[in-house]
Amino acid sequence: MDKLVSASEAVSVIEDGMTVGIGGWGPRRKPMALVRELLRSRVKDLTVVAYGGADVGLLCAAGKVRKVIFAFVSLDFMPLEPAFRKARESGAIEVMEIDEGMLLLGLRAGAWGCPFIPTRIGLGTDVLKNATDLALIDSPYDEKEWVAMPALKPDVSLVHATRADVRGVCEIASPDHYMDDLFVRASGHSIVSVDEMVPSEYFHDPEIARRVFWERNCTQAVVHEPGGAHPSSSDPLYGFDIKHFKQYGELLSDGGYSAWAEAFLGDSESSYQSAVGGLEAIQSLPLPVY
Amino acid sequence: MRFSLAELMVCAASHIFEDDGEVLVTGIGLLPRLAASLAMRTSNTDILMTDSQSYVLSQPNPVSGLKSHQGQANENWMGFARIFDNVWSGRRHALVGPSQIDRFGQSNISALGGTHQAPKVQLLGVRGFPGNSISHANSFFVPSHSRRVFVEGECDVVCSVGYNNDRLPRGYSFSDIDVRAVVTNLCVLDFNGPNKQMRVVSLHPGVGLEEVQDNTGFDLAVSAEIAQTTIPSQQQLDLLNELDPLDARARQLKNNPAGIRQAEEAES
Repeated sequence: MDKLVSASEAVSVIEDGMTVGIGGWGPRRKPMALVRELLRSRVKDLTVVAYGGADVGLLCAAGKVRKVIFAFVSLDFMPLEPAFRKARESGAIEVMEIDEGMLLLGLRAGAWGCPFIPTRIGLGTDVLKNATDLALIDSPYDEKEWVAMPALKPDVSLVHATRADVRGVCEIASPDHYMDDLFVRASGHSIVSVDEMVPSEYFHDPEIARRVFWERNCTQAVVHEPGGAHPSSSDPLYGFDIKHFKQYGELLSDGGYSAWAEAFLGDSESSYQSAVGGLEAIQSLPLPVY
Repeated sequence: MRFSLAELMVCAASHIFEDDGEVLVTGIGLLPRLAASLAMRTSNTDILMTDSQSYVLSQPNPVSGLKSHQGQANENWMGFARIFDNVWSGRRHALVGPSQIDRFGQSNISALGGTHQAPKVQLLGVRGFPGNSISHANSFFVPSHSRRVFVEGECDVVCSVGYNNDRLPRGYSFSDIDVRAVVTNLCVLDFNGPNKQMRVVSLHPGVGLEEVQDNTGFDLAVSAEIAQTTIPSQQQLDLLNELDPLDARARQLKNNPAGIRQAEEAES
């Protein structure tokens, strides 16, 4: 089965009002080329679930978002993502603000077909006050109260992997696959962008087969996007673009979404890449050191 | 022997892990991470630390000057999903720098002012604070001890559970919660006052109790024999040079104040 499609074909399954899960973590291995394709589309009123970075910031700034389910939105070295900050402070978006681990549990419940997973997380904090759809339950086994973290089931998830074959066997060669496997397993439809396409024989090496974190029957579409995580990192191929993130921060803070879009978005990924210095420049960004 | 206030704070903070045994210590931010690294090299060599990315290390990486993660002393892989397995087991002690702390030991990194729908200032979000605080020991690192941080009422957004009867979950007691210590630019505090009240344990050289109380939005308990914060040893300072070869610690506090106050600083 050949699942290789263009970015625009891939994201065309996303309709107004859908819930979209986005893999990666902050400024790391975000499916940004797919996000940019969403920005070019007419889709709106999305609910976005993510360990957020520029993906959440840009979608909010572009007015595509009705609700964000999040624990943080941050670029790490720039702790506060400017576009998300603006959207929050203007009251423009609804949020479900939960702990990082609750997000993991919600996706896991979604992946496992459970309505919820009981957890201690959130007890005693304003998470319970603010996320009004979180229920407390009794345990049949002890006298304590428990938070019932509801299943998160994105209609579509977007993730960025290092390599894939056309059947959707995906390798994440980065030091961490984050919760990408859970996003993929919790969603009805997963779109994976990759830096490199490989023949199926590539996975015969058992060391490489261990870097495959979900089965190909969880992947519905593969999009070949070299450099497609930019400005986030796709370790071990390239690091995140600190210089670009600074420019991004200034444009979005001062001129808003239109200033950023005019400067960079373009009508295709290749025009985006020319605007940020070209694919070679992206691929030579040094890996982050923590 | 000269040492900076940042070094004094780091050394003081390194002592809070002494009796922890084999726990994962996570210091968020450069000075807290340096404190955890120092502890792993001195007062508690059983500590586990990560590379802030995806491996547990048997020797901490330097906090400055690291060019690559290649060749570091990996011990085991530990991606973010697996961090939570450790967090929920309770075998962890985090040292973090919240924007607000209240008298219950609750803290805030999410947002300031306004409403939940439209906060006046959006900060990070609750991140892992709710899960950390209900699962394992947590301590705080405060570079600027003031009433803006140590707020009069409750935190604007309560991100971490503290010693607050009104919020105590059903079936829980204070002994299920472990808010351990607070290290600030003025003093070291714990929560061993009456009924878990925040308490001054030691004052940094040249700091008076009145100054600490004036800069705190609520009443503090005071330990019976209030000590002076132990000043760094030569061995600790040498290790700090090794763990932070580019002296990034000198750029963390405004004007990098001396560890023992000069007369003019005490007056200003």
